[in-house]
Amino acid sequence: MVQLTLPKNSKIGKGRHFLAPQDAKTVKTFRIYRYDPESGLNPRWDTYDVAVDQCGPMVLDALIHIKNTMDPTLAFRRSCREGVCGSCAMNIGGRNTLACTHGWEEIPGKECQISPLPNQPVVKDLIPDLTIFYAQYASIEPWLHTETPEPQKEWRQSPEDREKLDGLYECILCACCSTSCPSYWWNGEKYLGPAALLHAYRWLIDSRDEAKGERLDDLEDPFKLYRCHTIMNCAQVCPKGLNPAKAIAEIKKMMVERVA
Amino acid sequence: MTDFRTPRSRAQGLGSAKHGVGHFIAQRATAVALVPLVLWAVFSALKLAASDYQGAVLWTQQPLNAVLLVLLLAVGFYHMRLGMQVIVEDYVETHLNRLAVLLLNTFVCAGVGVLAIFSILKVAFSGGAY
Repeated sequence: MVQLTLPKNSKIGKGRHFLAPQDAKTVKTFRIYRYDPESGLNPRWDTYDVAVDQCGPMVLDALIHIKNTMDPTLAFRRSCREGVCGSCAMNIGGRNTLACTHGWEEIPGKECQISPLPNQPVVKDLIPDLTIFYAQYASIEPWLHTETPEPQKEWRQSPEDREKLDGLYECILCACCSTSCPSYWWNGEKYLGPAALLHAYRWLIDSRDEAKGERLDDLEDPFKLYRCHTIMNCAQVCPKGLNPAKAIAEIKKMMVERVA
Repeated sequence: MTDFRTPRSRAQGLGSAKHGVGHFIAQRATAVALVPLVLWAVFSALKLAASDYQGAVLWTQQPLNAVLLVLLLAVGFYHMRLGMQVIVEDYVETHLNRLAVLLLNTFVCAGVGVLAIFSILKVAFSGGAY
């Protein structure tokens, strides 16, 4: 019932230390979480002294530099390297963000600690398993629901109504917000989390959507929606500068509007 | 045991409970009601600090004071039950434990609340320990 010890594989040991090359001018130390569930070993912190003058300005540049020149076994996701795909979301210096848009110079101190997004199963090293996160996104049915027969051309929307989607459509589903939310840590399978709820609101206020009632019905639940206690970590960490907490508050307002 | 449920099935769970807005409204409505009630209670407590036991009994026997005291306790304990429920749902993990603690929460809040209200009414109607 009460768990007094850490679960297996939660104790992180001391790992290897990779030194910078002799000709390095500026050195920054990266402490990186390493874990391979298939090895049967506990996770460890590996330390890399990176010659940052030999790589680009972002944390992702440093990670790629490490993988290319120091330790090819380091695993992490990356794709667009410009804050559009959301693949390289990780916890950098204690804060969820995208490695590709976060400069290593922005991290105070000599050492920078990097771990995978919190409270998700780890596939390997900095790669979290976001299966449930994506399934929760799918469960809010993020597409247009209509009853009216399809128009000849497109579904029309006024510029004013289109503007209501600003601050919502930009979400790239990097999972920085949901995995920074304590409520999502405690009830991760039952609470939809800030990202899925932000998208739920994006469809709720879409003037073309005809399923508001059903959408609100599916959300009205002590766990799916009402686990949000406006902790605001989501808005603090969002690398795109969005405010999921506000979107959730708007859904709660719609719920009240429906009954009173 | 290997879990062969699909991610979608796990994410959907048992579906929406289709309630929660009532709790949300009740918690905020009681919070609003408690603002003037608590201000009045603090003000009254400061005033009563200067009086003796008999003064406090006489004060409680005044209808307005008795009614406001009963309201303060009823609304306060109801608000407490709602708030505690949210905390339990946050932190108590397994379903059976959660049910047990939620039940205990309701019993304690209702029990202590009714006891407190009965005490006020007893003083108001029969004049305390005289």
